[in-house]
Amino acid sequence: MGLEPATPASVQEVINWARKNSIWPVTFGLACCALEMMVASSATYDIARFGAEVFRPSPRQADLMIVAGTVTKKMAPMLKRIWEQMPEPKWVIAYGACACSGGIFQTYNVVQGVDQIIPVDVYVPGCPPRPEGLLKGIITLQEKIAVEPAGQRNLVSLPWGNNG
Amino acid sequence: MDRCLAGDLLKGKFPAAELKIEEFRGETSITVAAQEIREVMTFLKESENLQYDLLLDLAGADFAGQATYPRFMIAYLLHSTKFNNKLRIKTWVAEGSGLETVSGIWKAANWLEREAYDMFGIKFNNHPDLKRILLTEDFVGYPLRKDFPLEGRNFDQPFNVCLEEEQ
Amino acid sequence: MAESRFMTINMGPQHPATHGVLRLLLELDGEIVVKAEPHIGYLHRGVEKLSESLTYPQALTLTDRLDYTSGLSNNLAYCLAVEKLLDIKIPKRAQYLRVLFAELQRIAAHLLWVATHALDLGAMTVLFYAFRERETIMEMLELVTGARLTPSFIRIGGLAADIPDTFLPLVKDFVIDLPKRIDEYETLLTDNIIWKKRTQDIAIMSGAECLDYGVTGPVLRASGVCYDVRKAYPYSSYEDFDFEIPMGKKGDVYDRYLVRLQEMRQSNRIVKQAMDNLPEGPIAAFDALQVVPPAKEAVTRDIAALIRHFKIMQEGFQPPQGEVYASVESSKGELGFYLISDGSNKPFRMKIRPPSFVNLGALPKMIEGQMVADVVAAIGSIDIVLGEIDR
Repeated sequence: MGLEPATPASVQEVINWARKNSIWPVTFGLACCALEMMVASSATYDIARFGAEVFRPSPRQADLMIVAGTVTKKMAPMLKRIWEQMPEPKWVIAYGACACSGGIFQTYNVVQGVDQIIPVDVYVPGCPPRPEGLLKGIITLQEKIAVEPAGQRNLVSLPWGNNG
Repeated sequence: MDRCLAGDLLKGKFPAAELKIEEFRGETSITVAAQEIREVMTFLKESENLQYDLLLDLAGADFAGQATYPRFMIAYLLHSTKFNNKLRIKTWVAEGSGLETVSGIWKAANWLEREAYDMFGIKFNNHPDLKRILLTEDFVGYPLRKDFPLEGRNFDQPFNVCLEEEQ
Repeated sequence: MAESRFMTINMGPQHPATHGVLRLLLELDGEIVVKAEPHIGYLHRGVEKLSESLTYPQALTLTDRLDYTSGLSNNLAYCLAVEKLLDIKIPKRAQYLRVLFAELQRIAAHLLWVATHALDLGAMTVLFYAFRERETIMEMLELVTGARLTPSFIRIGGLAADIPDTFLPLVKDFVIDLPKRIDEYETLLTDNIIWKKRTQDIAIMSGAECLDYGVTGPVLRASGVCYDVRKAYPYSSYEDFDFEIPMGKKGDVYDRYLVRLQEMRQSNRIVKQAMDNLPEGPIAAFDALQVVPPAKEAVTRDIAALIRHFKIMQEGFQPPQGEVYASVESSKGELGFYLISDGSNKPFRMKIRPPSFVNLGALPKMIEGQMVADVVAAIGSIDIVLGEIDR
C-alpha cells in the first residue's frame, strides 16, 4: 500500500527476536490433546526452553493460544471471546486433528476446524500428536515470526489502523 | 436366584400389571407399562428382599423404524449393594407423552433424565429441573432420534459464531 | 424487587482448575457457596450418534477418546460388551494381558489425578514427580501398542497383537520402582499440615448419599461402601488375582486421596501377579471366525484368510439381536456400555454409562455450604474427565 514502515529493518529483527523467544501460551486445553500439551510442559519435553515459560491462565497476559482438542459449537463463542481478549501481537497453533479440521468427529456439535472461527498460524496434525509435535509446531512458529515484516503486526489494536 | 426373585415379587405385588420378563446372556430385563413406573421403582427400592439402592444407568432408545411399539424405550439399570445383583427395567413411551420421573427415588436420575430429554425429547413429569444438559439451550431438534442427520443441519455452510454483544 | 445479597460468579469453561471445559455457576454469600450449578456439554462430540453409523470394530476407536486419561480401560469395557453379545470366550493369555494393561492404565490415571489435584491446591512439585512415572508407563504402552494416549489395542476377541520380548523386563523394573515413588508422594503430601487443612473435612458425602446420587468408584469407597466391579462382578479373570479394596471412613477429600494412593499400590500388586503368572497361548479368540480377523502372518500367505480379513474390516460382523450391559471398574468408577443390537453390522444404540457424569451430579451437594476455595478441592477429588461426561 505504500506506507513507510515505522521501524527500520534492523530494529524489526530485534523485535521479532524478542517476540519469538518469549511466547507465553494461554491455557486452552479442551480434550485429549490437552494431556499431551501438559506433558510437553513437564520435565521430559520441557517447553520452557523454547521460551514458553509459563502457561498464563488469563488471556490478557498471553500471546499464543494453543487450541488443543475438539472445538464444539457450544464452546465456540467462548473461544472467540478469549481470542479477542488477547492483546496484539498474538498467534494461534491448532494442535491435533480436531482443532485442524474436526478430526474423527464429523457430527452435529463439532466445528470442523478452529480456522472457521479464528485465524490459525500453525497446524499440528495427529490424534494426538506427540509432544515433540507441539515443540516442532512452536519452532515453526518461531521461524514464521522471525521473518515477519514491519507493519504486519499491530503494536496496538486500534480500530483505525496499525501503527508499527 | 435373586433375579427371578424380583420378577416373582413384582408379580405378587402388582398382579394387574402386565410384566414381561426376558433373560439374555445372563441378564434379566422386566418390561413395565409406563403408567406404573413410579410404583414399581419405589417398590424395588424399598422392598426388604430386593433393596435396589443404586441406579446405575438410564438409557433412552429410538425405535422409529420398527413400527409396532411406541417409539421410545427407556431402560433403567438397577443394582443392589446388599444382595449384589443387577436388574434392568424397560418401559415404552409414545412420542409426545410424558413419563413419571424417578428422581424422587434416586437423585442420580436427575441428570440422567435430563440427558434423555436432551437427546430424545422425552418429557419427564414432575422433574425438578428439566432442561437441556449437553447441548445449547437454543438447539433445535433432538440428536439421537433416528430422523436427525449425523452431521446436523446446515453442515455444508460455514459456521459463524455470534457473540452476545454483537447480536 | 428486593436486591439480592448473593453474588453470582462464573467459573468459566476456560479455567486452569476445572480439569477441562466445565462451567460452574456459583451463587455466593460472601465466601460461602449457597448454590452451585454445573453446566456441561462444551465437549459434546456426538460419540453415541456417531457409533450408530460405524461398524462394531470401527466404533472401538471412538471409545479411546472418552476417558482419555486411561484409554485401554474404555476399550476393555466396550470389548466386554460386544463379546458378551456375541458370546465368545477369550483365551487366558489375552485375559491376563488385558488385566495387566487395565491396571497399568489405572496407575497412570491416578498419577495424573494426584498431579493435577496437587497442582490445583498449590503443590506443584508433585506434578513433575508424577509425570515422570506416567511417562514411563506411556513409553511402555507405546512400545506395545504404538500410541501413547489412544491405543485401541484391546480388540473384540482379544488383543491386536502379542507383546514384544522387551516389554516384560520394563514392566518388572517399573513394578519394583513404583512403591518407593508412591512413598515419595506421601512424604510430600500425606502428613503435610497445609494439605491436611485444605482437604480434611471438605466435601463430605456419606455412604447413603453417595448411593442415592449414583456415585461409584473411589469416591464411594472413601465414604465406606464397598462396591468395586472387579470384586462384585469379576470380569476378564480378575477372580484369579489377589488384591484388596482400599476403603475410607469419613468421605472427605483427604480420604479420597488416601484411597487412590492405596489403589495405586494394589494395582501394582495385580500387575506383578499378572506378569509372574502370564500363561502361554493365543492372544485372541481366533476360532470365532466371523469376528476376529486372522493373524497377520496368515493373511499374507493364505487367500482364504485374506478374504476373511477383508470382509471383517469392510463389513464387520453381525451379532445376534438383543441387548447387553457390561461394565468395568475404571479409575473414575463404574464405566459401562449398554449395547442394543438389531442384527445388523452397526450398533443400533450404544449408551455409555460414564462414571464422571453421574459423580458430577453430586457436586452441588458436596460444595453447598462450603467456601469458594474448597470448590477447587472438591472438583479435584471427584476426578472428572470431560471427554467422558460430555461424550
